[in-house]
Amino acid sequence: MAEKPRLAVLKFASCDGCQLALLDLEERLLELGESVEIAFFLEASSRIEPGPYDVALVEGSITTPHDKERIHEVRRQSRFLITIGACATAGGIQALRNWADHEEFLRAVYAQPQYIAALEKSTPISDHVRVDFELRGCPINPSQLYEILRSLLHGRRPRTPAHSVCLDCKRRGTVCVTVARGIPCLGPVTQAGCGAICPTYDRGCYGCYGPAAQPNLVSLTSHLISTGVSQQEVVRTLRGFNGYSPEFRAESDRLAPP
Amino acid sequence: MAGERTIRIDALTRVEGEGALYVRTRNGTIEDLRLQIYEPPRMFEAFLRGRSLEEVPDITARICGICPVAYQMSSVHALEQALGIQVTPEIRQLRRLLYCGEWIASHTLHIYLLNAPDFFDCDSALQMAERFPDRVRVGLRMKKHGNQLLEALGGRAIHPVNVAVGGFYRVPRADQLRRLIPDFQWCLDAAQDTVRWVASFAFPDFDRPCELVSLVHPDEYPMNEGSIGTSSGERIAVDKYEDCFEERQVPYSTAYHSLRRPAGTTYLVGPLARVNLNCDRLSPVARQLAEELPVSWPSRNPFHSIIARALEVVHAFDEALQIMRNYREPSQSRIAYSYRDAAGCAATEAPRGLLYHRYAVDAGGKVTEAKIIPPTSQNQAQIEADLRAWLPNVQHLTDPALSRACENLVRCYDPCISCATHFLTVQIDRI
Ligand code: SF4
Ligand code: SF4
Repeated sequence: MAEKPRLAVLKFASCDGCQLALLDLEERLLELGESVEIAFFLEASSRIEPGPYDVALVEGSITTPHDKERIHEVRRQSRFLITIGACATAGGIQALRNWADHEEFLRAVYAQPQYIAALEKSTPISDHVRVDFELRGCPINPSQLYEILRSLLHGRRPRTPAHSVCLDCKRRGTVCVTVARGIPCLGPVTQAGCGAICPTYDRGCYGCYGPAAQPNLVSLTSHLISTGVSQQEVVRTLRGFNGYSPEFRAESDRLAPP
Repeated sequence: MAGERTIRIDALTRVEGEGALYVRTRNGTIEDLRLQIYEPPRMFEAFLRGRSLEEVPDITARICGICPVAYQMSSVHALEQALGIQVTPEIRQLRRLLYCGEWIASHTLHIYLLNAPDFFDCDSALQMAERFPDRVRVGLRMKKHGNQLLEALGGRAIHPVNVAVGGFYRVPRADQLRRLIPDFQWCLDAAQDTVRWVASFAFPDFDRPCELVSLVHPDEYPMNEGSIGTSSGERIAVDKYEDCFEERQVPYSTAYHSLRRPAGTTYLVGPLARVNLNCDRLSPVARQLAEELPVSWPSRNPFHSIIARALEVVHAFDEALQIMRNYREPSQSRIAYSYRDAAGCAATEAPRGLLYHRYAVDAGGKVTEAKIIPPTSQNQAQIEADLRAWLPNVQHLTDPALSRACENLVRCYDPCISCATHFLTVQIDRI
């Protein structure tokens, strides 16, 4: 019993979707429960064990002064820290505030008195502490999570492929939505992992797994603009669930300097 | 026990999102009671402005990973109302089917993984599985098949990619749905068995007056449309929602409280309200089961929510089977539309209750205003009122037992704190 590795699941600003991916493992969850001790997972268990933890899965981005402190404590308590999902890895959709004029933002939307503190920016975990592994996706793929946990249990370093969604479409034999139907698609610059879902549903990839390794963003955005997509729309597309990732951010800021 | 007593639960567990509960009594009288939601704000309504309306279902889905379909449904219906789009009966059916998948996945999660452990003094489903491995496996299997339906229709279970303004990006092929039928038949039996199981739990005796609110529809169990019904017999058109319900902010929570206007009273949304107000429109299998149970409807005991949820799982499997059996691939997946300067609103029934959205859009197809009222912020004031009413019944317990009892009551509501928090007043600290 005592030798079972101890797992913690922690949440910052997020939608819970990535931790739900762990519960979506279904039978594999029961199997996992036999080889790891779930020491801290508020959404699933009322048993709350203090650290240290062998593996911490961190969901969500840093958006409050309190969370900015808390993540350091989580780091101190965790031997191997994995960020799960776009929020934790790139700041998430809530990082759209990072481009907003905050005064206007507040005046326009919130008329009521101000009771709680929020930071001006939503930032990824790696802006605050060292991260041992980043799992992409909004949401993450439950099978990738399972593989990563299994690797760790067997003492191997986890790995996930870094090629693009575009390549996965080719492998699946999905007809390219851009070539066949002129639909704008971020597949060429987005990291694989979802199984290239969107093009099989007749729509373009909207980048929810974040940038692939060495994405050629300039060539993609130039191509989109040359086919008549407005620059504004290209910028908006890049500023999505992973808009604050360094690569997507650099390109959208190049096209529309903040 | 005389004098001051404080119960503080710093982190509510087995709920979605993060919240706390604080209760202070003096000589047995409640002096202070707060359900505190401290989830950080994500400010969806703010950054939706300026986005193109086609992105809205994808973006609002990210308010909640447990009920993304609900956000997608309320948003597309509200936008379609603004644009004057009428979807075909086939699209409407497929949307109900998608919603069935989400109700199944979300309800079975709550029944088996979050709520049932309370009735056996277990900390988690994993612990409960040591005593009832087969039960938990059945629950997980139903959840899996619910997820498979979401995957077939939406591409994936969490944040499906197939919901579009006007319909779907692509309709499913008949064989994608047909192959789910055998498992769904198994699930329909398992779901009925689940109802009998949860109905056999020992429930605290706690019936108190409270107003129930849910959509009602003349000929179907409410999901995507209808008017707003209340247990006092009112029928309110959805576009009058903001006249009849109001939100108030409380200093200790990052979510709003919703109250009836003008009385300022609390109300309850969710499965218990839906079953009570729509019992006769449950599918025949679910309705018959409801009548056989030792519980009589209407029930206002919040602990019975787990039974209501289980009945809705039966309904969802039953209705999903019917839709899948009769499914023929429609020729049209999406209705074409053009942009205009307009506003629209809609309410649908999320697993946790009424979810209201309103949008204004401009002639360029951009969102200019968004308002979203999730079920948990509507239930929040009711949960506090329930705790106040219930505390006298459990005051004799030791502090740990009392904390647990309070947490159990909160959990009956299946509160989704991530949803409740998306819009609140914030103070910006510059870093
Ligand atoms: S990355 Fe996406 S799915 Fe995961 S928590 Fe954030 S919003 Fe939810
Ligand atoms: S195709 Fe792109 S947007 Fe669609 S699920 Fe995959 S990574 Fe996300």
